[in-house]
Amino acid sequence: MESIPVEHGLILAAILFSIGLIGVLTRRNIVFVLMSLEIMLNAGGLAFIVAAARWGHAEGQIMFLMILTLAAAEVAVGLGLIIQMFRRYKTVDINVLSEMKG
Amino acid sequence: MQEFIWLLPTYPLLGFLALVLTSGRLPKNIVAIIGAGSVGLSFLTAAIIAAQFLASGEDYFVKEVWTWMAVGDFTPGFNFYLDGLSLVMMLVITGVGFLIHMYATGYMADDPSYSRFFSYMNLFVAAMLMLVLGDNLVLLYLGWEGVGLCSYLLIGFWYTNPDNGYAARKAFVVTRVGDTAMALGLFLLFAELGTLNIQDMLHAAELEWEVGNGLAVAAALLLLGGAVGKSAQLPLQTWLPDAMAGPTPISALIHAATMVTAGVYLIARTHILFELAPSVQMLVAWIGLITLLLAGFIALTQSDIKRILAFSTMSQIGYMFLALGVGAWSAGIFHLMTHAFFKALLFLASGSVILSLHHEQDIFKMGALRKKLPVSFFSFLIGSLALTAFPFTSGYFSKDEILIAAHGLEGPGMIFFFGGVLGAFLTGIYTFRLFFIVFFGESKAAHPPEKEYGGWNMNGPLILLMILSLVGGFFAIPLDAVFGQHEEHHVSTLMHGFMIAVPLIGIGISAAFFYFKIWSVEKLMASSLAQTLHKFWHSGWGFDWLYDRVFVFPFLWLARINKADLVDGFYALIVEISRAANSMIVKTQTGYIRWYALSIAAGVVVLITVGVML
Repeated sequence: MESIPVEHGLILAAILFSIGLIGVLTRRNIVFVLMSLEIMLNAGGLAFIVAAARWGHAEGQIMFLMILTLAAAEVAVGLGLIIQMFRRYKTVDINVLSEMKG
Repeated sequence: MQEFIWLLPTYPLLGFLALVLTSGRLPKNIVAIIGAGSVGLSFLTAAIIAAQFLASGEDYFVKEVWTWMAVGDFTPGFNFYLDGLSLVMMLVITGVGFLIHMYATGYMADDPSYSRFFSYMNLFVAAMLMLVLGDNLVLLYLGWEGVGLCSYLLIGFWYTNPDNGYAARKAFVVTRVGDTAMALGLFLLFAELGTLNIQDMLHAAELEWEVGNGLAVAAALLLLGGAVGKSAQLPLQTWLPDAMAGPTPISALIHAATMVTAGVYLIARTHILFELAPSVQMLVAWIGLITLLLAGFIALTQSDIKRILAFSTMSQIGYMFLALGVGAWSAGIFHLMTHAFFKALLFLASGSVILSLHHEQDIFKMGALRKKLPVSFFSFLIGSLALTAFPFTSGYFSKDEILIAAHGLEGPGMIFFFGGVLGAFLTGIYTFRLFFIVFFGESKAAHPPEKEYGGWNMNGPLILLMILSLVGGFFAIPLDAVFGQHEEHHVSTLMHGFMIAVPLIGIGISAAFFYFKIWSVEKLMASSLAQTLHKFWHSGWGFDWLYDRVFVFPFLWLARINKADLVDGFYALIVEISRAANSMIVKTQTGYIRWYALSIAAGVVVLITVGVML
């Protein structure tokens, strides 16, 4: 089986990361911001997998497992925060949370 | 026991700390026990140390406690130096100090700030002991400034009256002028001689400088500046009469018995330096003579009982300066000691009079108090006799020695002698003017006293001080080892009779005016010349008027035109610039998460770009 070239994998990871970043920067709904963050984390994970496959090391896969755990924990905390925010402000618009401006 | 000399300032210092840290929460009798007891303990220790020191026959004793700081070769320490001179000073400070503390437990009994008063008093005693026992000029200077601070705090003790605050500030600022000169003197001595240990410094000065050396003259002049400020001598004498705003025990302790004599102590301590600068030593004598005469004339015209005593103190310190100036070192210290006894007595007695009359200080509103206030009467009688050098009281012996030494001096000695005798004549008049007006004649008091104020704790110290004022002249003080064997001066019997008679004539004149009323003051005051003189003397020869115009008003004028403060403008500019920069940067803090995320992303891009490019 012919292996996928490493460049393809990395370009895909970069595209995913950019999509996630643009989502974080442009979306006002905090649920979508959180989802975009997940995409960025997975882009990072993909880059690890590709690199591990290229050099035949196991560390990349271990790192991906860690990122997965981290993302799960992050989503749990993030969703909790979103619920709190919705209770207090009755909205999920992230621009409402700008009270700390200098 | 001599090893424990460091305990002397420690007891009052601990008393001060105990009183300050409890900040007035202790009951009054506990405060009195701590306040007076700590000084009493100091006195007991001092007495034991003194007995052992005298028994040992040593010339001096040094106790090194610890090094204060070490900067290269400069290592002043908390080291105590005991010789005949510091022995006399420490006994006077703790002994008279203890009596005054005891008196104050009664005098201040009704004051709400009882504890604060005793904490300052204890701090003062600690600082004063540090001043006289320190073996180096830095430690001496620490004590010197410490007593200045306590003087300021205690003059302004009743701070709710702005006049008292003004008097305190005046005392502080005027003495600070002298202290600055003294600090410069210390710098000069250290730069030239490389040490501030007093004995080493004096030996080095003797070796390096011949008599009349310019540096010796400059150093002696600068030290003299400090001494005249502290001891209220011309030209820095103006603060002392205003210092009477403080409570009367303060006037007795600080402004009569101890602190104001610190200048005399300083000159006596560094006498070798003054012997190397004969012109400055002569200046000391002239300052003493002029001050004692000026203060004598002023005292003739005052009507406030405490101010009269203040000018009399100034005048008596003038005698001490005169003694130092003519080289009669031990006579000066002897007079310092006897003066501490009788002037403390007079001040404390005046305190009893003032309280008995419900805070009346004007002598023309007293009168006929002889029967009503017997203890004060006898205190004043004995104190006044000692002050006027009545034969065989303590003041007689010390003043006698000074005048005889002045008589024996070559050159201007005769001027000093007759000036001193004239001063004694004035002393006789003004002292007994006060005495006759207050205790005889008709009662002019608004609230005549029912009975004398004060219990055993006030009368006990008065009686002890009366005894000391009477017999203090017979104390032999061990100063020969400090100043070297002094040459004996003699005057003819006729001259001696003259010296004794003149103050008595003064008393007689006073009696003729104020007791027998043969002569009348009203008739004397009728002429315009007398009125002008009276006004002039009453204002203290116009020194306050002059200093106001020469120093105070120009300073205030300068402060007024420079209200915006040019120098401060530069620093205000720095503040403005940083404030403007801040208001610009603060705009980046929008509070939007996306903005922060973008900043982070942009920052990462920039960093990676830079990393790749390099």
